[in-house]
Amino acid sequence: MGLAKRIIPCLDVDAGRVVKGVKFLEIRDAGDPVNVAKGYNDAGADEITFLDITASSDNRETILHVVEAVASQVFIPLTVGGGIREVGDVRRLLNAGADKVGINTAAVIRPGLVREATEKVGSQCIVVALDAKRVSASGESPRWEIFTHGGRKSTGIDAIDWAVKMAEYGAGELLLTSMDRDGTKVGFDLELTRAITDAVEIPVIASGGVGNLQHLSDGVLKGGADAVLAASIFHFGEYTIAQAKAHMASESIEVRG
Amino acid sequence: MQRIAVIDYGMGNLRSVSKAIEHVAPDDEVVVSADASVIRSADRIVCPGQGAAADCMAALRDHDLADTILDVVDSRPFLGICMGFQVLLSASDENAGVDCLGIVPGRVVRFADPLVDEQQRLKVPHMGWSQVSQTCEHPLWSSIDNDSRFYFAHSYYCVPDDTGVITGTCRYGHDIAVSVAQPNLFACQFHPEKSAANGLQLLKNFTQWNGLV
Repeated sequence: MGLAKRIIPCLDVDAGRVVKGVKFLEIRDAGDPVNVAKGYNDAGADEITFLDITASSDNRETILHVVEAVASQVFIPLTVGGGIREVGDVRRLLNAGADKVGINTAAVIRPGLVREATEKVGSQCIVVALDAKRVSASGESPRWEIFTHGGRKSTGIDAIDWAVKMAEYGAGELLLTSMDRDGTKVGFDLELTRAITDAVEIPVIASGGVGNLQHLSDGVLKGGADAVLAASIFHFGEYTIAQAKAHMASESIEVRG
Repeated sequence: MQRIAVIDYGMGNLRSVSKAIEHVAPDDEVVVSADASVIRSADRIVCPGQGAAADCMAALRDHDLADTILDVVDSRPFLGICMGFQVLLSASDENAGVDCLGIVPGRVVRFADPLVDEQQRLKVPHMGWSQVSQTCEHPLWSSIDNDSRFYFAHSYYCVPDDTGVITGTCRYGHDIAVSVAQPNLFACQFHPEKSAANGLQLLKNFTQWNGLV
């Protein structure tokens, strides 16, 4: 009777619309974040993550309306990331109805932002997103660095050192994405996941590379993740949340029924 | 129609809480307010809250809400959620020690570091869905199965002096008190507004509760 491992579908939102499509849910408008979030809530998702990929600053306010609308109808935790630059952005999202806010590039540019934000709103509201890429040559002991700008820009920061530092700065949770695996469907980088989960005391969400249900289980059992995040396997109806939970339960992983 | 006030002291997920109550009590008026007179005139009061204990207590005092809560807490149904539960105790160990409202005698303490259960290291914050054992019958547990899962997100937990007030426990490293009740008062560490159907049921039960334990 412990804490359930969480399954978190992740949705990209651009100018207020869900992009990349969500094809399986019986919903009228697959681009409407409220419809999609409700669909996942009804399907048994433990939490929902929205990644705001809106490029234009003109549309930055749109995500607040999305969050307000979703929070009025979906009663599971909602994490929102993308475009956070200052504590004010965090406050606005929380006030709109987000439960947690993900900080990524802004933390790399100014780590103190994480401390400021957690002191203001509490650790449990702050998720630091780490985009890590393997930089060691084959045969060398593994080493990963933090990248920004969707994996294009190296920061030279060691991923494990960064995870430890962000935990010290008060992050309540880490969202760990392997940039090598993202979109590949070959499974999480389990070595990376294990290295990070062993290094910190706070929960770690594994992300990047899920292609089948065994990958989710492996993230927990081999990687030590506290939660697993996936996008395409759920969005395109390859697997349902219920199938994912049944599979994890069959491997003796505790899940919320 | 009754009026349900959600206390706004600038800390936490007020919208989530108010929207969830509006969802389960569509005929009631739900007001989010920092105004003591609005809160005093409400039929029911909900005190949510997130953030650090020192900030929360400072915000309550700045808004003249600490005294308001002390005045209203035993005269009509009152629901404390998460930090809104912790501030009801006597004191919190967070932020090097903070005096709280003292409505539920006891302390708020941090999970041990490291926190270990059956050779397994547990993460802190305790974040996610844990089963809650209903340790006694209470109207707010109505239509909710024992050992249902609720959503938690916290690093500190409440230790009431009088274990007789405890209505729910969960195991995280060891058994912790996650809900308490007194006449006209129910408070919980978990987030009913984020706990899907079980949480909504608890909120609905609160909107219909006559305040008797």
